[in-house]
Amino acid sequence: MGNIVLKQITKSFGDVQVIPPLDLEINEGEFVVFVGPSGCGKSTLLRLIAGLEDVTSGEISIDGTNATEVPPAKRGLAMVFQSYALYPHMSVKKNITFPLKMAKMDPAEQERRVAAAAKVLNLTDYLHRRPGQLSGGQRQRVAIGRAIVREPAAFLFDEPLSNLDAALRVNMRLEISELHQTLKTTMIYVTHDQVEAMTMADKIVVLQAGFIEQVGSPLELYHNPRNKFVAGFIGSPKMNFIEGADAQKFDAHTIGIRPEHLTLSTTEGMWKGVVTVAEHLGSDTFLYVNVEGFDAMTVRVNGEFSVKHGDTVYLSPDPEKLHRFDQQGLRIA
Amino acid sequence: MATAHSRSAARLMLSPAVILLLGWMIVPLSMTIYFSFLSYNLLMPGMEEYVGFLNYEYFLTDPAFFAALFNTLMLVGGVLVITIVGGVALGLLLDQPIWGQGIVRILVIAPFFVMPTVSALVWKNMFMNPVNGLFAYLAKAVGLQPFDFLAHAPLLSIILIVAWQWLPFATLILLTALQSLDQEQLEAAEMDGASFGNRFIYIVLPHLSRAITVVVLIQTIFLLSVFAEILVTTNGGPGYASTNITYLVYAQSLLQFDVGGGSAGGIVAVILANIVAVFLMRMIGKNLEA
Amino acid sequence: MARNVSNTRKALVTAVAWTIGILIFFPILWTILTSFKTEAEAIASPPSFLFFDWTVENYVEVNSRSNYPLHFMNSVIISIGSTLLGLLIAIPAAWSMAFVPAKRTKDILMWMLSTKMLPPVGVLIPIYLLFRDFGLLDTRIGLVVVLTLINLPIIVWMLYTYFKEIPGEILEAARMDGAGLWDEVVHVLTPMAIPGIASTLLLNVILSWNEAFWTLNLTAAKAAPLTAFIASYSSPEGLFYAKLSAASTLAIAPILILGWFSQKQLVRGLTFGAVK
Ligand SMILES: Nc1ncnc2c1ncn2[C@@H]1O[C@H](COP(=O)(O)OP(=O)(O)O)[C@@H](O)[C@H]1O
Ligand SMILES: [Mg+2]
Repeated sequence: MGNIVLKQITKSFGDVQVIPPLDLEINEGEFVVFVGPSGCGKSTLLRLIAGLEDVTSGEISIDGTNATEVPPAKRGLAMVFQSYALYPHMSVKKNITFPLKMAKMDPAEQERRVAAAAKVLNLTDYLHRRPGQLSGGQRQRVAIGRAIVREPAAFLFDEPLSNLDAALRVNMRLEISELHQTLKTTMIYVTHDQVEAMTMADKIVVLQAGFIEQVGSPLELYHNPRNKFVAGFIGSPKMNFIEGADAQKFDAHTIGIRPEHLTLSTTEGMWKGVVTVAEHLGSDTFLYVNVEGFDAMTVRVNGEFSVKHGDTVYLSPDPEKLHRFDQQGLRIA
Repeated sequence: MATAHSRSAARLMLSPAVILLLGWMIVPLSMTIYFSFLSYNLLMPGMEEYVGFLNYEYFLTDPAFFAALFNTLMLVGGVLVITIVGGVALGLLLDQPIWGQGIVRILVIAPFFVMPTVSALVWKNMFMNPVNGLFAYLAKAVGLQPFDFLAHAPLLSIILIVAWQWLPFATLILLTALQSLDQEQLEAAEMDGASFGNRFIYIVLPHLSRAITVVVLIQTIFLLSVFAEILVTTNGGPGYASTNITYLVYAQSLLQFDVGGGSAGGIVAVILANIVAVFLMRMIGKNLEA
Repeated sequence: MARNVSNTRKALVTAVAWTIGILIFFPILWTILTSFKTEAEAIASPPSFLFFDWTVENYVEVNSRSNYPLHFMNSVIISIGSTLLGLLIAIPAAWSMAFVPAKRTKDILMWMLSTKMLPPVGVLIPIYLLFRDFGLLDTRIGLVVVLTLINLPIIVWMLYTYFKEIPGEILEAARMDGAGLWDEVVHVLTPMAIPGIASTLLLNVILSWNEAFWTLNLTAAKAAPLTAFIASYSSPEGLFYAKLSAASTLAIAPILILGWFSQKQLVRGLTFGAVK
């Protein structure tokens, strides 16, 4: 249960094609993350899978059957919305029970499932509250509870953590990952935050303007980005790109070096630059360095490295971990 | 959020309202147009005949028509001016911190709940009556001749009565809008050295424009067809001094039973209302978009 | 403008506001007071304000002279009936315009509102004749139908603005949860929109209660609501101030009380959702 295949699907709003022909296979039990900049069509793709939008052309099949024309309720998928979309006039319990009631499930079974979900999600003490009386994290859990009681073939999440504060976001990220470990159900998760994608996914789908730029495991994308876009999008801080004569030296149009793959020295190195900002985090040091002829470069050094604004430093790339791209931005193997 | 399925459901759910309103517009309106080309009097059934534009000719050349047109415009314009100016002033006043704000608001809203026939009769008899009315008493108390409002200033009297009924509406809407004005904007303007007058003109008034649009729109709809107030106070008189288009058409059709003439008048009223509507819709289109 | 102001200033503003409030309310207050006077006291000069012999004889007289309960019931049935019928037609329409907007939705809404601009006299004669021919003159059902139609655009508009405030994601969630259209509207949309629906209902009951063009022109006796009942005091009975006042008080009291009790919802309703 939970195998989803998209075949040549497209979506247009009026004359604007938001999703060009796209193929994708999501395997049973996988945690798949759609990641890409805002407006690239992640939500649209998710809503096509959910059935909340019609595809303009193409075919969606779920567990081997064609689901293209099947209404959302009948696809056996559950969705957690960015705004949580809880029913404000119903108690937590009623919210979670609603899909079961709609399915006309046996009341005893309803009780059992709701109690089980509440236990997993630590909501047992809040069952009689209204959503308005809950904190952001609790609301998020109710929304997840409403999804899991149905025992769906797959879960769809649309930026579920973007309304939470930073600390809570890390917590919920872990909870969702744990939930996936326990349930082993297919999950499709949309986010614009590459950290979420890297930490949670089995498989990441990088989208740009509706196109799939690359599909792969987090580390595959990190080590072998297919093109400049993926290279720049995955990894934090962002990869540094250098064009021109310095790139030619490596037989490339553009070279890319991740901040953590630069060695820093106060005495010698390939490129000489001046520190503009130094961020000392204790565990790491981030430096923003102006190198003549380049854009500002970012460097990440493990531990403490005492330099300050205005100091001169030397940078050298780790040649093993250097990425080379051609004129079209494609990776040169 | 739309699939073909939900779109067809939506069309299905919208259609009763659209069909009913379409029917309500088209059926009677086409009958009115048809009647307006007939010589048709309810007292002489069976004598209908086609007379072309004769009814329109009579209606439009009747001096009563020009009087009624003028009165209609005066009535709508007068009430709008009074209620908007009064509403802004009252809104500003009630937006201040005062004791018993809730009660004052209740007092100010009350006239909106009074049916037109009651308010017209109460004003006519108990206030404006030149012998026993309260105004007559007050005039006499300060040594003036009582003034016979409805005989000597019938239109103005009706404007006052109608304005009294609509002032609460304007006040409430403008007050609500004022309450949503960002306090920091006013404070920033104050820091920038804007005087009270300037703050009103450059910040408060622009903020109110949307609310004023709503007031103008809704009130115009109702004011164009003021009827009961005229019926129970002056019957449109003396002469045609307080007849508006609505009352003129009513008198022609249901008092003189002249269906043809009344219908022509009705169509003229529809055309005039459309001119006003186009004008208003432009205004809302601009102001209500957002 | 909630700011710390001196108490003197607050007292001054309070005095001005109360004076104006009482002046605006005065005609109603005066009518209610007069209804408890004898005819002689009602026209006494100088007028007596509170110190007169309070009497309820006017109410007794008004009731014996005319059938107040009948007109009251007519008003109730006509205003509530037309409002409920209007809501029944308008809720689905507003749902579809708010949540499944199409290219022409804005135009349809504008067009609906523009039918409100159609002056009643433009259709007075055909409606009158149709009512005569179908035996609907002076019937409650006839008035319910007409008032439903004339208030429908405003009901749709108001509901539309309220529905617009409800996030579409919640309805989509319901759809994902397996709710059909019916469940979606009944279990999710309507309960969430209750405050908006209540405001709409109240405002329309009031507008219909006070509607005085169709009620005056299409009724005679049987189905006459309070607007028409009062119009019969036009003259010469209007000169009997105490009785006129008693009848007037009876006609406006129900709505005045309803309006005061539901002030909050009403204010929301009155702004037609267009002003926040
Ligand atoms: N209902 C719609 N009508 C028209 N355009 C839409 C609609 N929904 C989304 N779009 C457009 O489709 C593109 C992708 O949107 P979306 O899938 O929401 O992006 P993301 O979730 O990646 O931020 C955007 O350019 C957006 O403007
Ligand atoms: Mg999105």
